[in-house]
Amino acid sequence: MLSSPEILQTRSATPWLKSAAQIGVIGGIITISIALQGMIQAFSSRDVIYQVVTMSQAAILLTFFVMGYVAAMRLPMRAASSSIGAGAVAGFISSAALVLLIGLGNVVNLGNVFVNATPQLYELLTFKLGLPIGSLALLLAGLGLGALAGAILLLPDSPRRAILTTLAWIVGLGVLQDLIRVTFADWGFLESALRFFYASNGLSLVGALVLSVLIPALAILWDKQAPRAQTRIDRLPAPTQRALRWGSLGFGVVILFLLPALLGLYLSEVLDNVGLYLLMGLGLNIVVGFAGLLDLGYVAFFAIGAYVAGVLTSPEFSTGVIPNWWLALPIAVLASGAFGVLLGIPVLKMRGDYLAIVTLGFGEIIRLLALSDFLKPWIGGAQGIQRIAKPDLPFIQISWGPQAFYYLFLAGCLLVIFVSYRLKSSRLGRAWMAVREDEDVAQAMGINLVATKLKAFGMGALFGGLAGAIFATKLESIYPHSFNFLISINVLCLIIIGGMGSIPGVVVGALALVGLPELLREFAEFRFLFYGIALVVMMLTRPEGLIPEARRAMELEEFREEETEQATAS
Amino acid sequence: MAMLQVNDIHSYYGNIHALKGISLTVEQGEIVTLIGANGAGKTTTLKTISGQLHPRHGTITLEGERIDGLPPHEIVTRGIGQSPEGRKIFGALTVYENLEMGAYARTDKPGIARDLDFVFTLFPRLKERAKQLGGTLSGGEQQMLAMGRAMMTHPRVLMLDEPSMGLAPVLVEAIFETIQKLNQEGTTILLIEQNAAKALQVARRGYVIETGQIVLQDSAEKLRQSERVRKAYLGEE
Ligand SMILES: Nc1ncnc2c1ncn2[C@@H]1O[C@H](COP(=O)(O)OP(=O)(O)OP(=O)(O)O)[C@@H](O)[C@H]1O
Ligand SMILES: [Mg+2]
Repeated sequence: MLSSPEILQTRSATPWLKSAAQIGVIGGIITISIALQGMIQAFSSRDVIYQVVTMSQAAILLTFFVMGYVAAMRLPMRAASSSIGAGAVAGFISSAALVLLIGLGNVVNLGNVFVNATPQLYELLTFKLGLPIGSLALLLAGLGLGALAGAILLLPDSPRRAILTTLAWIVGLGVLQDLIRVTFADWGFLESALRFFYASNGLSLVGALVLSVLIPALAILWDKQAPRAQTRIDRLPAPTQRALRWGSLGFGVVILFLLPALLGLYLSEVLDNVGLYLLMGLGLNIVVGFAGLLDLGYVAFFAIGAYVAGVLTSPEFSTGVIPNWWLALPIAVLASGAFGVLLGIPVLKMRGDYLAIVTLGFGEIIRLLALSDFLKPWIGGAQGIQRIAKPDLPFIQISWGPQAFYYLFLAGCLLVIFVSYRLKSSRLGRAWMAVREDEDVAQAMGINLVATKLKAFGMGALFGGLAGAIFATKLESIYPHSFNFLISINVLCLIIIGGMGSIPGVVVGALALVGLPELLREFAEFRFLFYGIALVVMMLTRPEGLIPEARRAMELEEFREEETEQATAS
Repeated sequence: MAMLQVNDIHSYYGNIHALKGISLTVEQGEIVTLIGANGAGKTTTLKTISGQLHPRHGTITLEGERIDGLPPHEIVTRGIGQSPEGRKIFGALTVYENLEMGAYARTDKPGIARDLDFVFTLFPRLKERAKQLGGTLSGGEQQMLAMGRAMMTHPRVLMLDEPSMGLAPVLVEAIFETIQKLNQEGTTILLIEQNAAKALQVARRGYVIETGQIVLQDSAEKLRQSERVRKAYLGEE
């Protein structure tokens, strides 16, 4: 017989246990898939901290930790025991799943189905300690890290944030070691700091220890001082505040101008790519974000801009009569814009998914035309176009590397951002907004649907054409296969991630979706895996995008509030 | 000359013959109501007048000028405004922005300001909620906004498609009062309603539509007394 308090306890204990177990199962699936994807073998020789933790171990151990954290976070009421308990359960189940995999793998040969399920994998997963001891160690690690995560969650805000920040920095610095070392290699004082913090492979143990003191100290200091500094700024007289704002803006601009010199060749190239996608993103944002017309063939305008610039400036063609890229630029941009309007006409009556499918087709048609033998004499067919003119300026000699092109992209992006803001707050911007909301009502408000839609297609295409023209001169040669439909999808993704219709959102989306994967290039094989995980997590936690458009954020927030109200009411 | 003259129009949805020769007249300063059962073709008539649907046959004139065949945005600027069925306000826009959208096609700034004042005095509720998102308004408020937005187009004829739909009796009362007030301020109104009793109270004349055809037309007074209307639309024995 149970006494009544015990009954109560078991009743209230079951739900959190169940939810923690669910999280644990998810953790198990994640760790098993990490293992079977081959990441363990791939990164087993790379250390996060030299001779202490390899990247593959870090991936597994971090999963335990994160699962424990999530499980503890989901508790409706957080007591010390339940928080640590939930974390431990989730971490333990995550590790138990791995142990099951190892056990199973030792009995049957899983290698027939999963190429990566080799004895070497099991050996690495058990920390090379042998099956029984290693498995035990793995289980203990899951249990311990999960419990630790649950315990950390109990800490007050400031130290908790400090610990998590430290963890993130150490893992980040360890994982991105090559990139960081190459970038700051010739920065004098930083170079010696780097030599201190890094060993030949990963962070040095001493470095990691110093970091784990330094970063929390700084984080806590920041937590204390930042609000104080803010109140001090708020107390300043208005003109000084304004000067401060302009000053920091000016500082930002100066930094933007210095970036290529600071970051070196490789990262400048990354920034160029970000710039290219940013241009396209801002263009497509007008069509999809502002006017709500789902265009999946946006790459077509990018291609047209590139081909017009190429055909007009390459000496290989009889039409290559324009020796200077700058003179061909307006023609390329306008041609692309004109095509935008032209392609817009047949799809005027279409909405939603129909529009998406047809525009997708247009994108492919343009690429196939570029590839066709029929047009080969004029646009080069599969051989593409070579020797496209550089954007040379009079009087100054420029050596056209990624660093020089950065400024071209910067200028293009700043221009396009400016134009986007102006458009958004214009009369036309309002018409787009109305069309996005409801075409029929927009018409009933006196908005000319045809003109409004065509302007959106045209304006979006102008930006795409600009991106294409810069792309052409940067690469000097273009081929039809550079204009794959995946580009349209990528551009669409970055808008969605950033937040539909939001201009800063597009910037952040481009950085996150184009910049970040470039930084993770060393993990090339697994790039799209990370990418996919990031997208799913994003859609679950921030469906409105990273920096949602102000009004859209409101809508979703209010919806959420309603939901919680209903939840609490019932 | 009649303000709005609809003359024997036939409208189709694909092969569906939805309007089979509708004729109606709205004189300057009148409230005219169009009543009928579900699916009779009331909304279709409105859509045809506003240009969202083009009649295959027949003419529509506004103060003697042909407007059939013109695109919807052109018809709005000619002076036909509407509060559509189901209100259809812009949910993601604020109340103020919704009203602004109504004035989209206009350039006369002083006139717009005057109309905005007018809408806000007519619906003080909207002024209080100017910054609120349209989608978060209550049903009654949304109807006010839809009417206010239509008024912002500065219509010579205002078409209202079932403004009382889904509203509590108190609100229905208020909406019909507003309709009368609007009319007293000089707006000509074509009122589409299923609530025949109420509609025939405020209207001067009325038309009864059944399966795409006008089956009765008379003064509101007479319609209220007609046996057919009383049986079919007023629920009396
Ligand atoms: N988009 C459409 N496509 C095809 N048929 C339609 C469409 N809209 C309406 N109809 C048909 O046309 C006829 C008239 O519809 P309408 O919407 O004008 O009715 P209504 O009088 O406004 O009815 P309610 O009072 O229910 O709003 C109906 O038979 C309806 O099924
Ligand atoms: Mg209707």
